[in-house]
Amino acid sequence: MADVKLRDIRKSYGATEVIKGVDIDIADGEFVVFVGPSGCGKSTLLRMIAGLEDITAGTLEIDGVRVNDLEPSRRGIAMVFQSYAIFPHMTVRENVAFGLTINKVSKADKEAAVANAARILQMEHLLDRRPSELSGGQRQRVAIGRAIVRDPKVFLFDEPLSNLDAALRMDMRMEIGKLHQDLGASMIYVTHDQVEAMTLADKIVVLKDGQVMQAGAPMDLYHNPANLFVAGFLGAPSMNFIPVSVTEVGPDTVTVSSPSLDAISVPRKGRDFTTGQTATLGVRPQYLRPVGADAGMLHGTVVLTERLGSETVVDVKLANGSKIIAALPQDMVMSPGEAVSFTFAPDQAHAFPE
Amino acid sequence: MASKLTTSNRAGWGFALPGFGLIALFIVIPFFFAFYLSLTNQRLISPNPTEFVGLSNYENLLSIGVLTLEPERDDAGTIIRDDDGLPEYPRVRSFTRNNPDFPQYAGMQEWFRWQSGDTAKVVVATDVVFWKSLWNTVKFVLVVAPVQAGLALCLALLINQRLRGINVYRAIYFMPVVVSIVVVSLLWRFLYSPDSGLLNNMLQGLTFGIFEPRDWLGNPDTALGSIMAMSIWQAVGFHMVIWLAGLQTISPMLYEAASIEGASKWQTFRYVTWPGLRNTAVLVLIVITMQAFALFAQIDVMTNGGPLDSTTTLVFQTVERGYGKQDISGGATISVILFLLVLTISLIQRFLTRER
Repeated sequence: MADVKLRDIRKSYGATEVIKGVDIDIADGEFVVFVGPSGCGKSTLLRMIAGLEDITAGTLEIDGVRVNDLEPSRRGIAMVFQSYAIFPHMTVRENVAFGLTINKVSKADKEAAVANAARILQMEHLLDRRPSELSGGQRQRVAIGRAIVRDPKVFLFDEPLSNLDAALRMDMRMEIGKLHQDLGASMIYVTHDQVEAMTLADKIVVLKDGQVMQAGAPMDLYHNPANLFVAGFLGAPSMNFIPVSVTEVGPDTVTVSSPSLDAISVPRKGRDFTTGQTATLGVRPQYLRPVGADAGMLHGTVVLTERLGSETVVDVKLANGSKIIAALPQDMVMSPGEAVSFTFAPDQAHAFPE
Repeated sequence: MASKLTTSNRAGWGFALPGFGLIALFIVIPFFFAFYLSLTNQRLISPNPTEFVGLSNYENLLSIGVLTLEPERDDAGTIIRDDDGLPEYPRVRSFTRNNPDFPQYAGMQEWFRWQSGDTAKVVVATDVVFWKSLWNTVKFVLVVAPVQAGLALCLALLINQRLRGINVYRAIYFMPVVVSIVVVSLLWRFLYSPDSGLLNNMLQGLTFGIFEPRDWLGNPDTALGSIMAMSIWQAVGFHMVIWLAGLQTISPMLYEAASIEGASKWQTFRYVTWPGLRNTAVLVLIVITMQAFALFAQIDVMTNGGPLDSTTTLVFQTVERGYGKQDISGGATISVILFLLVLTISLIQRFLTRER
């Protein structure tokens, strides 16, 4: 178990820089999730930590030791791959014990380690099967078992649930969460699925184009996104963005308005605005509440309703033509063309300068 | 049973017909024809009618025996020795020619002999050339199959790297495959030439003249080895490509997993590469074995089976007898035996390398 420090980590392929100076601190026992759209460099970053990709510049420390130039096997990490990467010709037992076999660990120690991993993952009954006889979830369990047996300082997961179907993904997500609780090891987990990120992480690192957009606790990122990208990336459906102009800048608040929105003062959160500047107002669909036609701040007509039972998602066209989405926490019937008005609490809205 | 395949598929059958026809004409019919011919005394051109002779062709080819020769003794019972102190033996032909006491050896000739104490064991066969060709073929297969497969695998591992200009090497190793075997054989005959050959010159140059030039193809001790070396070189590129195809089906993820686990290069090969090549290995081994059993062109061009039958092979004998000596039934018999041999070996290989 150990902490991991990334200091100004960079990666270039020829002249193209794909990781542009990343600083991340991962505390001992922390569960960190790298999340971002595809091509943001999250997998590359993980593979650099694993030692499967060279680090062009910067310092990577695991447990206080600079490991930039160490072989993957000597960094004290274990990795679980998206496509499992279990050896097809070996039984589950042989797969789980692979690292011990090649390091010539005694048979008794090997048996004990495999039995322990199998117990943690509840797969004792699978040990003598071959990978071809296993389901996707079971294969991923074998891959995790192989990682556990290594007793690593840091577990690395590269989109481990992406190849599983939805129901299984939820089960395995919970199991990985439980595994983290049981083992207490540091874990770095890459995903593009924000639900995995939100539910598993102690700390989320949102990446875009090889740069860290924001890092912090999931709820912190959800409630206080640092920028438009993070605001739009986390949460489903995505946050509504309304173009506005700044009418007044106060010490803690900023007042904005637009043709389709009555003037409203929202928290400034330390961001700099100047009067007259254009800005973007972000409101999560869940925080919009329907009100009578004469009240409310946003007025428009219903375009489409999606009734999910517990929730109703309404697409609304505002007077100026822009669209917003509202997620209403009950089953509601709204017909297209119907006029609706919404209100929201100003402190649940975010203003971002252009 | 009228299935859709046979009833309403005229166009399909029409398309298949040329292929089927050619396969039937040049492979299936000759195959059964060879079986039939091997049971007759058919000659290529002969005024005499063909007679059915049963299995006597096979009997002539396959009959083999071991003759035990006691040393000659004088009246006192002591062994007569020659000037070198070696015991003298009765001549083999005294048993195989007109000797009513040993009808089983009638008409046989000596193949080889070995000493067992003072007695000599002589292996005699009716058709010694056939047995020599069988033994040469087996030797060729035993050497070429593992060496060629192994060398091809090494080359495949080498050219499976991402290096600048790797395609140049791929092309170089593959080039001999696309050159006609006859051309290759002619060129190698020059390389092996006794007086001005490249090989002799090179070895002499490298050893500062200590090496004695030799007649590689004219010496029974080196002729078959020379042909093996040349054959391995010629076809190694083909099997290299098959190995390469097999190598590229192995997921790079498995190599990454192995490297994270700390596998050395050898362990990576042993636990990841080799198991992943299992099916390829079966294919390569069977193909090489069958190709090696069919050894003919190199022999025909380079040595004509000589010297002293040291490079004659089963296929060479088939052609030599069938067309050279006009003994079509004899040639057919050898080809049937070869077929059974290759079939048996392929089945054994399949069995040994089956999925468990």
